[in-house]
Amino acid sequence: MYVAVKGGEKAIRNAHKLTAKRRRGDTSVPALTLDQIAEQLSHSVARVMGEGSLYDEGLAALAIKQARGDLIEAAFLMRAYRTTLPRFGYSLAVDTGAMLVERRVSATYKDLPGGQVLGPTFDYSHRLLDFALAAEDDGTEPEVETAEPRETAMPRVTDLLGDEGLMEPDPVTDEDTPVGDLTREPLSFPADRDLRLQNLARGDEGFLLALAYSTQRGYGRTHPFAGEIRYGEVEVEFFAEELGFAVTLGTIKVTECQMVNQFKGSAKAAPTFTRGYGLVFGQVERKAMSMAMVDRSLRWQELGEEQTAPAQDVEFVLSHSDNIQATGFVEHLKLPHYVDFQAELGLVRQMRAEWFEKRRQEEEETEAGSAAQEAAE
Amino acid sequence: MNAFQAEDPLLQVHNVTRYYGDRVGCLDVSFDLWPGEVLAIVGESGSGKTTLLNCLSTRLAPTTGAIEYRMRDGAMRNLYQLTEAERRLLMRTDWGFVHQNAADGLRMNVSAGANVGERLMAIGDRHYGNIRSIADDWLGRVEIESDRIDDDPRSFSGGMRQRLQIARNLVTRPRLVFMDEPTGGLDVSVQARLLDLLRRLVADLGLSVVIVTHDLAVARLLSHRIMVMRHGNVIESGLTDQVLDDPREPYTQLLVSSILQV
Amino acid sequence: MNDTAQIYDQGEYNFAYLDEQTKRMIRRAILKGIAIPGYQVPFASREMPMPYGWGTGGVQVTAAILGQDDCLKMIDQGSDDTTNAVSLRGFFEKTAGIRTTYETSEATVIQTRHRIPEKPLTEDQVLVFQVPIPEPLRFLEPRETETRKMHALEDYGLMHVKLYEDIAKNGHIATTYAYPVKVNDRYVMDPSPTPKFDNPKIDRMAALQLYGAGREKRIYAIPPYTKVKSLDFEDYPFEVQTFDKPCGLCGAENVYLDEVILDDKGGRMFVCSDSDHCEERRADGHLGPMAASPEAGQFGGQNAQETAR
Repeated sequence: MYVAVKGGEKAIRNAHKLTAKRRRGDTSVPALTLDQIAEQLSHSVARVMGEGSLYDEGLAALAIKQARGDLIEAAFLMRAYRTTLPRFGYSLAVDTGAMLVERRVSATYKDLPGGQVLGPTFDYSHRLLDFALAAEDDGTEPEVETAEPRETAMPRVTDLLGDEGLMEPDPVTDEDTPVGDLTREPLSFPADRDLRLQNLARGDEGFLLALAYSTQRGYGRTHPFAGEIRYGEVEVEFFAEELGFAVTLGTIKVTECQMVNQFKGSAKAAPTFTRGYGLVFGQVERKAMSMAMVDRSLRWQELGEEQTAPAQDVEFVLSHSDNIQATGFVEHLKLPHYVDFQAELGLVRQMRAEWFEKRRQEEEETEAGSAAQEAAE
Repeated sequence: MNAFQAEDPLLQVHNVTRYYGDRVGCLDVSFDLWPGEVLAIVGESGSGKTTLLNCLSTRLAPTTGAIEYRMRDGAMRNLYQLTEAERRLLMRTDWGFVHQNAADGLRMNVSAGANVGERLMAIGDRHYGNIRSIADDWLGRVEIESDRIDDDPRSFSGGMRQRLQIARNLVTRPRLVFMDEPTGGLDVSVQARLLDLLRRLVADLGLSVVIVTHDLAVARLLSHRIMVMRHGNVIESGLTDQVLDDPREPYTQLLVSSILQV
Repeated sequence: MNDTAQIYDQGEYNFAYLDEQTKRMIRRAILKGIAIPGYQVPFASREMPMPYGWGTGGVQVTAAILGQDDCLKMIDQGSDDTTNAVSLRGFFEKTAGIRTTYETSEATVIQTRHRIPEKPLTEDQVLVFQVPIPEPLRFLEPRETETRKMHALEDYGLMHVKLYEDIAKNGHIATTYAYPVKVNDRYVMDPSPTPKFDNPKIDRMAALQLYGAGREKRIYAIPPYTKVKSLDFEDYPFEVQTFDKPCGLCGAENVYLDEVILDDKGGRMFVCSDSDHCEERRADGHLGPMAASPEAGQFGGQNAQETAR
């Protein structure tokens, strides 16, 4: 029995012990170390940090280990931990133009200041299982030729286009209007772009991927070009009131994607390119690109476009992007619902009885009718 | 019952203009509508007639101009200064709106009876039996069989859906009904029956109607007065028979000749 | 106290888990909710260490109102023993170290999912509900922007359209739980997925009722002795479920019963959903028709076997 029986407490305790045992698996196999996870499963770590909204590789590795590799569960652990942390304030906006770039590609220009930097990527690799990896690692590091570190600045592609007026400028931010924070104030609609971007940055990679894909297939087409995708380290700065200047707290690795999209222009605005923006922790290009495409789709109203597709529906997208919320509510169906089910059981029994009674009456009437007819004949 | 004189206009439209960016939707339209009067707005698609209808029915705010309506208490009110609550109450009691596409005006997934009864429930009727018998009565008036009362409109033909939409609007005895091409998209024989029904209901209930149509035959059959629109402007207006029998404007002449000779 | 409880005790977490600032924020939302009975107050729901949909709203409300001297009862489906009730009670035992109880009358705060205790509550008690979907209009109108407008304008016709449809199609209102109510003649409210059997209890209840929806970030409240009317038609008045048998164990009538399947040959018994109520009655000597039956043993409490898996 799983409910109704006394001893739920013991059952839960035992279930958790069993989970711990299963998590560890065969003890003749060495346990994973957090370093191994952080170093060798860096894409998982990045995803957990992003969707868990907490930049800490060590904690993410721990969460992944504890969650047995279930990345949504791991992100959930990060979120729950994050809530308990004291909040000192907000950092300054990171300057991705000053990024220490490890990878930077643009699909819109063959060459550009700073050049194309392919960096670490699965792109152009042949997806053949590498059986050499299955063998024990001998610890030798693959040889890599790297260029000298660049001294030249690497301006963002959108800034290059901006110089010509071809690109919509960065939105002018009002210093007096604080940037929204949906972890402090509940999301309400209509939601401005700051809240939308925050929501998407925390959102589920798979959900954003599917939405972005749907826009490519005609459900709210936005004609995107991958203006630039860059990945590398940026400094996080905090303005310390006591000191009167900003101090660097450290660096984080982020992927930034700027999608460049057509805009026909209107009576008030000349035709320009518009932008969709994506920024995520770590190297998660798939999500950064999806986020940028969905961001652009959600801007239909501001740009005077027609709303026709799910990816443009702000309330729909933002209300369902969070996989921690989604997984909780979907999985809560595992909780006992037998009180409600009992209520429905009673109702269905009653309705069935009524249905059979009605049919019985109809049959009787038909019989009575034909009997009367026979009698008349 | 009415605190005002029947001679007072029900709706007064003052210089209503609507732009879409630089493009003109409708320009500087003014007219009065009287109780019991049926006004047809005719023109080709793109002439601005639907823009005007949407402005009148508070579905689209005009760029400039004002629209006043005489409330049931006799007071003239600027429609765009009503509170949202007043506006909604007006739309579901004293007004009706018949869409060209019945699915836009009906709840397609609830029964015909609930469709007709919704307005009654919205204004507080809480007696199922009453609501149902009123709905049944209205279905009868629009020539829908009683035994269809529990069926969804999805199972109805186009003409039936349109008649159901009309019943749904009229159940609260509105004084003003807006109609957007109510016979558009229906077969000719179905159109004739619907027009006949509409004419009868409008006369019986003494409704004021603003009807938008590209079909001059519909205008002739239903309306007392007609406004011809072109490029967002009202180019000619007057009594329906006068305008259609003796159009002054060359464009109206063209419209009349092209249609009536069919 | 187990190891985890000691870790919590070492001051890693604040009393009842949430920090005091968050509790103040939640209390403000609660106060607003009490001031406007039935109105859904948005609040900045925190990420809790249990999943959304598993009682995070109720837990946050309880955490915000709990004091050192409170005695907490935690029920799910009417019972103190169900898995999630056990888990959530353990959470507060660990993080707040307060007294907990199974006895309805002893509790000062009762957090519940899907039921209201059979024993009438008092002015000294607070009943906290876990709410999955706080918006009673949600399944008629999915858009938050529109439903908020409908509440603001008291535009509730659509709700009755649904009830009308029930009667037209089934001959009676076919809503059995989460049955919508109108609070204080103003706001239509979802009483959470309690069976409609419990709706009369929330009308003019002596205890304060607080409703918390964590995932949907809403709190609402019904102050003591507030009028709560279940929506209906004059000629189809609201009715609660009735059971044609008494509780198999304690013989109680006019209580909500769970159906328990005994075998695969159609054998079943009906027992009180409110397990504390049932036990108290049996302790007082009330016996139901099945109390002596051996099958009933495992559902009866006293001599029940602990079954881990």
